[in-house]
Amino acid sequence: MESNGVTVELDDLHRHYGEVRALDGLTLQMQPGELIALLGPSGCGKTTALRIVAGLDTATSGSVRVGGRDLTRVPANKRDMGMVFQAYSLFPHLTVVDNVAFGLKLRGRATAERRRRAHEMLELVGLEQHATRYPRQLSGGQQQRVALARALAIEPSVLLLDEPLSALDAKVRVQLRDEIRRIQLEVGTTTLFVTHDQEEALAVADRVGVMSDGRLEQLAAPSVLYSAPATPFVGSFVGLSNRIPATVSDGTATVLGQAIPVLPGSAESAGVALVRPEAVSVAADPAGSATVVAVSFRGAVSQVTVEVEGTLVIAQVGSGAALALEAGQRVSVSIDPAPVLVVAD
Amino acid sequence: MTWVGRSVRGLVLLAFAVFFLVPLWALLDLSTKQVVTGGRTGAHWKALVENEQMRSAIITSLELAVLTVVLMLVLLLPTMIWVRLRVPRANRLVEFLCLLPLTVPPLVIVVGINGVYSWVNYFLGGSPLTLTFVYVVLVLPFAYRALDASLSAIDVTTLAEAARSLGAGWFTVIARVVAPNMLSGVLSAAFIGVALVLGEYTFSSLMHFDTLPVTIVLLGKSDTGASMAAALATMLLTALLLVALSLLDRRRSERN
Repeated sequence: MESNGVTVELDDLHRHYGEVRALDGLTLQMQPGELIALLGPSGCGKTTALRIVAGLDTATSGSVRVGGRDLTRVPANKRDMGMVFQAYSLFPHLTVVDNVAFGLKLRGRATAERRRRAHEMLELVGLEQHATRYPRQLSGGQQQRVALARALAIEPSVLLLDEPLSALDAKVRVQLRDEIRRIQLEVGTTTLFVTHDQEEALAVADRVGVMSDGRLEQLAAPSVLYSAPATPFVGSFVGLSNRIPATVSDGTATVLGQAIPVLPGSAESAGVALVRPEAVSVAADPAGSATVVAVSFRGAVSQVTVEVEGTLVIAQVGSGAALALEAGQRVSVSIDPAPVLVVAD
Repeated sequence: MTWVGRSVRGLVLLAFAVFFLVPLWALLDLSTKQVVTGGRTGAHWKALVENEQMRSAIITSLELAVLTVVLMLVLLLPTMIWVRLRVPRANRLVEFLCLLPLTVPPLVIVVGINGVYSWVNYFLGGSPLTLTFVYVVLVLPFAYRALDASLSAIDVTTLAEAARSLGAGWFTVIARVVAPNMLSGVLSAAFIGVALVLGEYTFSSLMHFDTLPVTIVLLGKSDTGASMAAALATMLLTALLLVALSLLDRRRSERN
């Protein structure tokens, strides 16, 4: 489907609250129709960035351009952006259909047109049968879907999602996450999605921006972010990583006696290699140098914790193989020779 | 609940009923008593609408009640929402200013306000409706509390931000998003305003305006029965307003 989106450019955004630098030079370019997730721990500045894009907060310096137009000083109600909030934000005194049609009413659309559009949007999120209900009569997941329909009804140039799934239970969260992605691909609106949940970010986004202390640490496709973290923070924040002592020389790290190429940005001598659990293989071997400490069943795959050369290493292996192992058993450990990031200890 | 608990509850309810209903019954009795023959008469109640002075006082007080409520809501509601949304640091100051009239004795306010009223009378004439300004000040502490409770019960910031992102200006945010969700607070504040205006005597008397309470007292000196009928009618009107308020609130709760 052809994209309806526009480009979004954040240029050197700063937001200071007294001595606190909530944003410290954020620069980001979004392509038309792209979904970018901003990921980071609490207080990293991701929500501040989104609020500045929405016009609900003001940057200390820097600019926001949407479709080539500078919106930095444009008030929120003139920005033509749809937003879904973390807290339930439906208007309690309006029915579902009136909530969805609210933005269209403000734009002076005729009653018949806005009702038709509102029903279309409710159909898109699968809630047409609840059109005449009030928000209090809906579950949390339904309320967020209505909020999404309301944000999309105005055909916004940019869709902003501020941790829209945080208040929902795990099952609904996964369902709605997939639904958001389906709808976003269908309407093609450029979307900025803020979340602290890495699984959520990796699952829905075209690109994920990892933020820390008001700065963008890395912006990359989810697979790149996962397999080739650019900084120690990204390596440790995204996914689970083993921290295994390593020595580096000539672009090669020696980890548990194995030579493994290193990623750009790695330490140049000794350090700690960040190795994913799925890159670690464990095999029963009476002459092996490692000992199984624990086996943890996780469904299709299991986690096996082994001790090798005084370091605890977690391996992710198929449950069939994992359940054949038991604590105290001698095993041999090998590491997938894909490049790893080695950081200073 | 045990029979002891039920009995205690019954006794307490009975005590309260007696406390409230006996004065009302006494008013009804006195307002319908034929003093000379000892029989019953509706003459005093008839006088309420036929007595020009009383009719005028009732109309004045009702007009004052409406004007006071409207002006109070126009001033206070947007101010409180605006302060909550845009200048939360000023919340304490607004609260202090609104509660201030409670701390100043009415006589002091009257003395202070007389100077201001010479200007009010100069520009607006000597109509009793100018009492609206004083009544708005008097009702502020109670109205503030009612509106503040209702404002605290909703997530004003998120609602306002959602409306802003959909294209609403500040007026629309206040009038079409936040205020409709404060209906119970608005109704409570309005009711308190009406009740206060219909019962206020000190200011109108000291400022020489013939409102309903002033006229009831005046009439009491010449026609006690009519004065009692007026007092009872005022209380019944206030009670009716209270019932209407609860019905409105209940309908709203059922809808939600």
